[in-house]
Amino acid sequence: MYGFSYQRPRSIADAVAALASEEARPLAGGQTLIPTLKQRLARHETLVDLSGLAELKGVHTDGKAVGIGAMTPHAAVATSAEVRAAIPALAALAEAIGDPQVRNAGTIGGSLANNDPAADYPAAVLALGATIVTNKRNIAADDYFTGLFSTALEPGELITAVGFPVPRRAGYAKMAQRASRYALVGVFVAETTAGVRVAVTGAGGSGVYRSKELEAALASNFAAAALSGVTVPAGDLLSDLHASAEYRAALIPVIAERALVAAG
Amino acid sequence: MTSPMIGAAVKRREDFRFLKGIGRYTDDMSLPGQTCCYIVRSPVAHATIKSIDTAAAAASPGVVAVLTSKDFEGVGGLPCGWLVTSRDGSPMAEPKHPILAEGKVRHVGDPIVAVIAETLNAAKDAAELVVVEFAELPAVVDMRKALAGGEKVHEQPSGNLCFDWELGDKAAVDAAFAKAHHVTKIDLVNNRLVANAMEPRAAIGSFDPATEDYTLVTTSQNPHVIRLLMGAFVLSIPEHKLRVYAPDVGGGFGSKIYHYAEEALVTFASKKIGRPIKWVAERTESFISDAHGRDHVSHAEMAFDRDGQALALRVDTLANMGAYLSTFAPCIPTWLHGTLLAGQYTTPAIYCNVKAVFTNTVPVDAYRGAGRPEATFLLERLMTKAAMEMGLDQTEIRRRNFIQPSQFPYQTPVAVVYDTGNYEASLDKAMSLADYKGFEARRAEAKARGKLRGIGVASYIEACGIAPSSLVGALGARAGLYEAATVRVNPTGSVSVLTGSHSHGQGHDTTFAQVVADKLGIPMEQVEIVHGDTAKVPFGMGTYGSRSIAVGGTAIVNALDKVIAKGRKIAAHLLEAAEADIVFEGGAYQVKGTDKQKTFGEIALTAYVPHKYPIEEIEPGLEETAFYDPKNFTFPAGTYICEVEIDPRTGETTIVSFSAADDFGNVINPMIVEGQVHGGLAQGIGQALLEQCVYDDEGQLITGSYMDYCMPRADDVPFFKVATTSTPCTHNPLGVKGCGEAGAIGAPPAVINAICDALKDRGVLHIDMPATPERIWRAVGGAAGRAAAE
Repeated sequence: MYGFSYQRPRSIADAVAALASEEARPLAGGQTLIPTLKQRLARHETLVDLSGLAELKGVHTDGKAVGIGAMTPHAAVATSAEVRAAIPALAALAEAIGDPQVRNAGTIGGSLANNDPAADYPAAVLALGATIVTNKRNIAADDYFTGLFSTALEPGELITAVGFPVPRRAGYAKMAQRASRYALVGVFVAETTAGVRVAVTGAGGSGVYRSKELEAALASNFAAAALSGVTVPAGDLLSDLHASAEYRAALIPVIAERALVAAG
Repeated sequence: MTSPMIGAAVKRREDFRFLKGIGRYTDDMSLPGQTCCYIVRSPVAHATIKSIDTAAAAASPGVVAVLTSKDFEGVGGLPCGWLVTSRDGSPMAEPKHPILAEGKVRHVGDPIVAVIAETLNAAKDAAELVVVEFAELPAVVDMRKALAGGEKVHEQPSGNLCFDWELGDKAAVDAAFAKAHHVTKIDLVNNRLVANAMEPRAAIGSFDPATEDYTLVTTSQNPHVIRLLMGAFVLSIPEHKLRVYAPDVGGGFGSKIYHYAEEALVTFASKKIGRPIKWVAERTESFISDAHGRDHVSHAEMAFDRDGQALALRVDTLANMGAYLSTFAPCIPTWLHGTLLAGQYTTPAIYCNVKAVFTNTVPVDAYRGAGRPEATFLLERLMTKAAMEMGLDQTEIRRRNFIQPSQFPYQTPVAVVYDTGNYEASLDKAMSLADYKGFEARRAEAKARGKLRGIGVASYIEACGIAPSSLVGALGARAGLYEAATVRVNPTGSVSVLTGSHSHGQGHDTTFAQVVADKLGIPMEQVEIVHGDTAKVPFGMGTYGSRSIAVGGTAIVNALDKVIAKGRKIAAHLLEAAEADIVFEGGAYQVKGTDKQKTFGEIALTAYVPHKYPIEEIEPGLEETAFYDPKNFTFPAGTYICEVEIDPRTGETTIVSFSAADDFGNVINPMIVEGQVHGGLAQGIGQALLEQCVYDDEGQLITGSYMDYCMPRADDVPFFKVATTSTPCTHNPLGVKGCGEAGAIGAPPAVINAICDALKDRGVLHIDMPATPERIWRAVGGAAGRAAAE
C-alpha cells in the first residue's frame, strides 16, 4: 500500500469539498478499493472516508418506495424489516453478497459506484427501475450503468441514496463464480407497475443489462413456465476462465426460472 | 492410576493457543535490528536477463541492501534430495536451481533481486525502482510440446526431459494384454494444485558475530532437513553453527517440506548486512513461489478376463517438474506413484513408464498424498470404468479383485510388500454407511425431479510411514528416513519429549502426549512435547507422508521402553527384588504378587537424587533417546463412497453424501483422526470439483489469487459419514499406519466415479478434474442437453 492522507468528513458538503481534488478518492465500504490499494494497484493522495456521514445510512419506506442510504451496509439491508416486507427479493439479494465480513463492511452506494460487472446490486437497481440519488441529481437506473466499472456519475458527484419502487413481485437468483463467489450469472426479475423488467449481471460484456428476450417472454405471464424453450444469444456475453459466453447464455434462462420461483 | 489414554478422544491441547490467537508463528517474531526483505520476481515465464539496474533502488530511502545473484557467488544451488535413474541407466537431469536468477528466468515468480530495507514498505518502494531488462523467449508450458523439441527450459542434452523411468515387467504385461477378454482404456489429467496453507511461508535469518552462529526461523515441516540441505549444500555452514527453528506453523500439506531460496537468502544475507532479515510471503507470492502439486497427464490401460479379474495394468505418465527440481520432486511421480498401482488388487502384472518434464512453471513437488493420489485416481477410475463397460457393479468388480486377508504379507508386482489389510471389511463398512443398497431408489426419486444422481466407489491404498532407509536409499533417496525421539524424565516426574516430528496442524502435542501418558501411567498434563528446533531436539526427519505416528511415534515408544527398562533396574534395587520380578503397570513398579511398589515419580526422583541407587551398574538420570528406522512402509487403506446429484441443465453438482471407511490400524485419538479425514476429504473434493491451477500459453498463472483459484469452503462439502476398521500394522509397536493423507487420496476418484455414474446413461464415461459445472454441462450435450432435459 502506498501512503495516503485520510479524511473523515461529517457532512456531505465537506465530503464533496474534500473530493474536489482529482487525487482524492471516496472510501465507502472499501471492499474493492482497499484490496486494490493493498496490492499497490492503485495510488490516491487522499482517501475521503464516507463512514462518518450519518445521513447516508439507513432504510426508510413509505409503502410505495424503499429508500436506502448509500452508506448502508449489505447486512443492514438484508436484515431490515422494512426491506423484507416491501421488497423481499432485495433483502435476499443483500443476504447472499459475499460473506459476513463483506456484508458488514460493503455498502450499496459503494457497490453501485464501482459497478463491478459481476456485482449483485446493479441487477436489482436495473430490474426494479430504481433511482440513484446523488448530491446533484436523480439518475434513472436505465441511464446510470454505462459499461464495465463505469457509471453516469460525474467527478465530485456522490451517491447519497437509492430509491426502489416497490414491485408487485420480484425475485433474484444467481450462480456464483465458485472461487470469488461473485455472480457468474445473476438474474433479477421484477413485475412492476411499469411492466416486467429483467436484469442480468455477471454475464454481460458491458456489465449489467436488461434482457429483451426474457422480458418479452415474461411480459404476459410472469412465471417460470413462460421461459420454456426461451434462449438468449451468446454474442455479447463475457467469456473467461470460469464460463464461456455460450455457457452463460445457457444459464441465463435457467437462473431466471429460479428467480421466478423465488418471486413466488 | 489413569484410564487408558491410547484410543481416547482427548481434545487438542494446542487449540487453546490457536483459537485464542496466541500461537507463535514466524511472522509473530521480531528480532532486535531486524530488516525486511521484499523480492523482485519475474513477471515473465521465460527470458534471458539482459541487464539489472539496482542503482535507484539502492538509493531509495530506508534501503539497506539490494542483492542480485552476483552477491551470492560461491553459494550453491538448491539441492534435490532424490536421484531418479532413467530406464537407460542414466541419472536424471539436475540443472542448477540458483538462489536468485542467474542470467535467465524460468517461471513467473522466479526470484531476481532481493531488496532489504528498514520497513517492508520501503523495500517495496525500492523494488519498484529496480529495472530488469528481459529478452523474452517462448514459454514452455505444455508437457507434450515440451518433449517434442523446440525451446528448452535448461540448456542440457536431454532437452526438457528430466528422466524417463519405468517400473514393472513390461513383457509380462504385454503377454497378459494379448490374451485379455476386455481392455479398459483411459486418458486423464491429474490437475495441478496449489497447497495454499493458511500461513504463508516466512523466514527470519540472523547471524551472531560473537559466536558466529546462524539462526533461521522458518515455516518448515522438517527443520533438520532444512539445516542439512542449506548448511551442507547451499551455504557451507556446519551444523553446529546453524540453528533452524520452525515454531508454530500454520499448515504445510507438503509445501513446507522443501528448502526454498528465501531461507538461504535471508540466512546468508544476514551476515552480509550484519542485521536480522525477515521475509514473509504475500498470498499472491505464495501462488508463484510455493511448490505446486500433482500435474500428471496419463494414459492407462487395464486388461481383464471374462469374470472381471484384472490381468494386467499399463500406465504412461507425463509428470510436470516445473522449471527446477524441488527438493523431493523426482520421487513423487515414481517411487510414490508407480509402487501404488497395485492398489487393493491382485493384478499380477503391472508396468509403469513416467517421463518427467521441465516447463516454465513453478516447481511441482509433494502435496497431501504425493504420488499416491495420482496412482489411486488412475486405478480407481479404471476399475469403475471397467465395471461400467463390463456390466458389473462398481463394488463387485473390486470384490473380485481384492487381495484376501489370508494373502498377507502380500508382494505386489510393483516392489512393495503390504503387511496387512482387510479390504472387504472397509468396503462393507462404507456400503453400510452409504446405504448403498438403497441407492437405486434414490436415483429414481431424483430422476423424477429432473436430477441425475450417481454413486461412486473408490478403494484406495497408500504407503505411509516413510520409510526404511536402506530401501529408499536403494531407490535414490539422498537421506535416511528414520525418526528420532528423546524422552527426558525430569527429577520430579514430569516428562519432556523431544521429537523430530513436526506438528503444523496435526495435533502432535496431544496425540504424542497420550502415548507417553499411557505408557508411563502418568497424567497428560505432566507430558510436554517439544518439536521444531534443531537446538533442542535430536536429528529428525520431520513430518510428511503420514509418517509421524508410525515413525516418530515409534521412536518415542522405543525411547519410553528404554526409560521403563532403566526404571525397572532402579525399582528392583529399591524394592530389593530381582529385576525379572518387577512389573511396570499403571504408573508404578511392583514386585510381582506383592503389594510392594514404587511409583514412576519416586523412581524418577531416585534417578536424579541417587542416594540409594545401583550406582555401580547404571548411571544416574532418566533420559533416553531412540532412533527408529521403520521396517516397512505402512499401508492404510479404505473405501470411500460418494453420492452426487447433478442438474443437467446447468451442470451443477451437489455432493449429497460422502461415506468414508478407513483402516488406519490402531488409532490413538479418534477425534483427531476424524478431523484429519475431514480435512483430507475437503482437499480431495476440492481437487475433484473446484481447484485448478491454470497457466496460459505465455506461462502466466491465471489462477493466481482466490478470485480465480477456488479453495473448498465449508458449504462445498457435505457432513461426512466416517468410520474406521482396523488391521493393526504388523511391524510397529503401536500397530498404527497413519491417517493424514487418506482423504485427499481416496476422495477424487470417489467423486468423479459418482459423477460418471450419474452421467453414464448420457454416454459419459469420463470427465476430467475439476468437474466444473461447465465441463459437466458440455459433457451432457451443452445447449442441446437442456432441450433434451425439457
